[in-house]
Amino acid sequence: MSEKPHPVKILALDTTQEYCSVALSVDDALIWREELAPRSHTELILPQVQAVLAEAELRLNQLDALAFGRGPGSFTGLRIAAGVVQGLALGADLPVAPVSSLAAMAQGFYRENSTATHINAAFDARIGEVYWGNYALIEGIMQSMGDEAVSAPDDLLLPATGGWYAIGSGWAAYPQMQHRLAARLVKTIPETAPLARDIIPLADKIFRAQQAVSAEQALPVYLRQKVARTIRERTADRS
Amino acid sequence: MNILGIETSCDETGVAVYNTETGLLGHSLYSQVILHAEYGGVVPELASRDHIRKLSPLIHEVLEKSSLRLSELDGIAFTRGPGLMGALLVGTSLGCSLAFSLGIPAIGVHHMEGHLLAPMMEKNSPPFPFVALLVSGGHTQLMLARAVGQYEILGQSVDDAVGESFDKTASLLGLGYPGGAALARLAEQGDPDRFTFPRPMTNRPGLDFSFSGLKTFAMNTLRNNTDEPGIKKNIAAAFQKAVVETLVDKCQRALRQTGYQALIVAGGVGANKCLRERLVIEAEKSGTQVFFPSMALCTDNGAMIAYAGALRLSAGQQDDTNLAGRPRWSMEGLTALPQNSG
Ligand SMILES: Nc1ncnc2c1ncn2[C@@H]1O[C@H](COP(=O)(O)OP(=O)(O)O)[C@@H](O)[C@H]1O
Repeated sequence: MSEKPHPVKILALDTTQEYCSVALSVDDALIWREELAPRSHTELILPQVQAVLAEAELRLNQLDALAFGRGPGSFTGLRIAAGVVQGLALGADLPVAPVSSLAAMAQGFYRENSTATHINAAFDARIGEVYWGNYALIEGIMQSMGDEAVSAPDDLLLPATGGWYAIGSGWAAYPQMQHRLAARLVKTIPETAPLARDIIPLADKIFRAQQAVSAEQALPVYLRQKVARTIRERTADRS
Repeated sequence: MNILGIETSCDETGVAVYNTETGLLGHSLYSQVILHAEYGGVVPELASRDHIRKLSPLIHEVLEKSSLRLSELDGIAFTRGPGLMGALLVGTSLGCSLAFSLGIPAIGVHHMEGHLLAPMMEKNSPPFPFVALLVSGGHTQLMLARAVGQYEILGQSVDDAVGESFDKTASLLGLGYPGGAALARLAEQGDPDRFTFPRPMTNRPGLDFSFSGLKTFAMNTLRNNTDEPGIKKNIAAAFQKAVVETLVDKCQRALRQTGYQALIVAGGVGANKCLRERLVIEAEKSGTQVFFPSMALCTDNGAMIAYAGALRLSAGQQDDTNLAGRPRWSMEGLTALPQNSG
């Protein structure tokens, strides 16, 4: 029997979607704040951090690590999370665990549905695309099976095995995915979102594997790289 | 007090530390100009992406240059607006949370107040009250400054900002983007009197500007004289002369109207040599004084934000933990400092 690993104190935050949320793990307890507030992340996030620290009677520099939803998601939201976590990490000299917001959403769905061990998580990426990834439960943690992607809905793929739960706004935005993949889906639940408290178990794993990074490497993962067209591309289109 | 300044409102990431006793300790600037050039203008999303990559490394670099540890900072100032929302949020998020984690006060600075106060960092510092000419890529304003935080807009551009007009005309002449400085260099070789450009809005009272007509005039002049040798440098010279004379004329009017003795010039176009020379000549003629920030502090930078923040923080002002940016924000709405401070 291995000993129970000593608990790690992690503060996690997520502003990648419409929820603004913060969670703090202390000695197996979890403290969190979450609010559905699409345009108030900038106002809410630091007071939420302050509130969970106060409730735990801890200062930032007594923690082991920070974590954040690194994306994909709203570009501005990703940068708020990254900016805040970088500032906190610099000031308190803490390592940072960047966590996929798709994986965090899958982890949250599993927390509420213990039979959901195979999950496709998808966000609406607008302009006819979807951000997605496939996750399977391994040792209580939702782990990515292959790379996360941004693609046309028709290019979202599920592995042949397992009964899949389809979660996230992407499945509401593109109902054709559900029709195409019906045979492999157990259930489709678009009304799910990533939360900071579900970042904690994923961040804990990253921290213990010594894969946490320094403040300046705590960067968003956008998935979508092409966001504008160069002069050359525009003139080529016109001719 | 050591104040860290952070600027991310547009396409330059700027960081600096200003010490309230000894002055500027160190500053660094990362310009995204090359990144945006192939797009023909600033792409806001790309600007934001670059800021979040560059800001933390720049903070480390500036602390090293200043021989300071983070724990020796006494306050953090960041640009809250005006500017590009996404770009501003990088600075507000990182700046505010860094202050929070260090347990020191934070303050959001008005970008144009930063520009306006920048000449006060120089040894030869202007005394209040003064008239300020703010000329950048996004702004053209004549401002009356009674004291820190007490500003009144005397006049502004009704269309293009003067830097924008430089850049558009430069691009017309094939000088790339942003080509204001390149146009100024080309103008030095040209004949400013080969063509006569209009002096917009100088033939009527008032302190407003209009620059969009100049770029149209440049376009027509180029079209009608395509084959003339040296046409581009002559257009550049005539355009620059028209802009400079218009700006100088309005500055003189503003000084006469207010009765103030001092003019300060700030913002990217304040780096224009011809403008500086003409303003100095006019000041000598009229017995007034003109002040500029050093060339390096004309365009966007962290030093001016650190300085403006330092004045406000030392007067006891500070902001709460709200990270919100203010993409549109009038300087007339700023708070004044308590008397005898700063
Ligand atoms: N020597 C110069 N002559 C004229 N314009 C210049 C010169 N140097 C820089 N500029 C112009 O200044 C502007 C940039 O100034 P800056 O204060 O950084 O503006 P903003 O804050 O609006 O980006 C650009 O429009 C640029 O072309």
